[in-house]
Amino acid sequence: MIAKRIIPCLDVKEGKVVKGTNFVGLRELGDPVVMAEAYSKAGADEIVFLDISATNEGRQTMIDIVRETAKNVFVPFTVGGGVRTIDDVTKLLQAGADKVGINSAAVHNPKLITTASSRFGSQCIVVAIDAKKFDDGWHVMTHGGTKDSCLDAVLWAKEVEKRGAGEILLTSVDTDGVKNGFDLALTKAIVDAVRIPVIASGGVGHPDHFSEVFQETDVSAGLAASIFHENTFTIAEVKESCKERGVNIREA
Amino acid sequence: MIAIVDYGMGNTASVQTAFHALGYEVVITDDPIQLKKASHIILPGVGSFQAAMEEIDKRNLRDILIELAKEKAFFGICLGMQLLFSEGYEGTYTKGLDLIPGTVKKIETPYLLPHIGWNALKIAMDDVAFSTFQDQHVYFVHSFMVQTKADYVVATAEYGPDITAIVKKDNIYGIQFHPEKSGEVGKSILQVFLKEVSK
Repeated sequence: MIAKRIIPCLDVKEGKVVKGTNFVGLRELGDPVVMAEAYSKAGADEIVFLDISATNEGRQTMIDIVRETAKNVFVPFTVGGGVRTIDDVTKLLQAGADKVGINSAAVHNPKLITTASSRFGSQCIVVAIDAKKFDDGWHVMTHGGTKDSCLDAVLWAKEVEKRGAGEILLTSVDTDGVKNGFDLALTKAIVDAVRIPVIASGGVGHPDHFSEVFQETDVSAGLAASIFHENTFTIAEVKESCKERGVNIREA
Repeated sequence: MIAIVDYGMGNTASVQTAFHALGYEVVITDDPIQLKKASHIILPGVGSFQAAMEEIDKRNLRDILIELAKEKAFFGICLGMQLLFSEGYEGTYTKGLDLIPGTVKKIETPYLLPHIGWNALKIAMDDVAFSTFQDQHVYFVHSFMVQTKADYVVATAEYGPDITAIVKKDNIYGIQFHPEKSGEVGKSILQVFLKEVSK
């Protein structure tokens, strides 16, 4: 059977990997290509780059990073952040990205999902959803989790599936950076609403948080950043924890 | 020299990178003269069966590929593997290269489609070269699968039904997953292929 995926996420700003806590307070960590290669060798099932560059130069640098990564990394990798147009999607795929993540732009222009998936296939279009809990359910947040779009996250997940998204990268704005585990209620709500793979993100502080989300929900993959970058835990430790609890993972 | 067939469908660059990493010289080409010079022919591909065969015909490559498969080590990857078979049902009914008897149909499974992610290989054939890959995970992305005689199936992966993962018929090999995205295991599989069919 198909293995649950463990995915390290590299936040890249102006060509350097940085770490985010609740989407603010960034500090430099290193070279994205070197880190991606190290993670793939350490057993990462996939790599995600999130480009949080504020400048055009930064985004241009990202294309070069993608090209270099494609030459050195032999597991699938996704690039997201700042993808606004079909031209952005095309450039990243041509540079060698396996999948492209679309976030705020999908909310403002849902047709971008349709166009991108019909042109390149659903398998390479990931829609990132940042969700935050309100009294009436979860809302889709944009602009790095700061702006309320007033869209219902569950309905939006169904909408992006209908438009051809191949996967959903689901980040809980509430648990992100808190390190107490994934947002199980949100993850379950989204996974149960769609028939495409969902990647859970936000809240990992311990290897057991992965096995927890895999046991409590039918999510396909878990993503984390800081616990891996700070060498708090390795990917091998996360996989060991999953294995001990009977979660089907890839041993590499 | 290894030649990757360029017919405008997909992952030629990442397949080339994987062979480069193994230290082989690789060209990406649709030129029959170049293809005839190569020791190994790689047929990659991402997209739909119907669109791929249309692109092959547009470039007048169908007969050339069928000829090449008679005399050279021939290797289909992902959609490229599916094209080795007689017919496909993705898009409308389309005839394939018919190098191996079999049909390409949508996967019938209770699980999510596409079949995307790392799945474990089950070696189906008493095959010394590939037996070391038993239970090894490789990376799949597809919604259609090959149905063929057990004689040609080297390995499968369980996803509801057993998905045909590696096939072989004489000098023709096909793999459904992406060896170029399957880490060290993927590289080893490419190496086995290069060694096996060079014998």
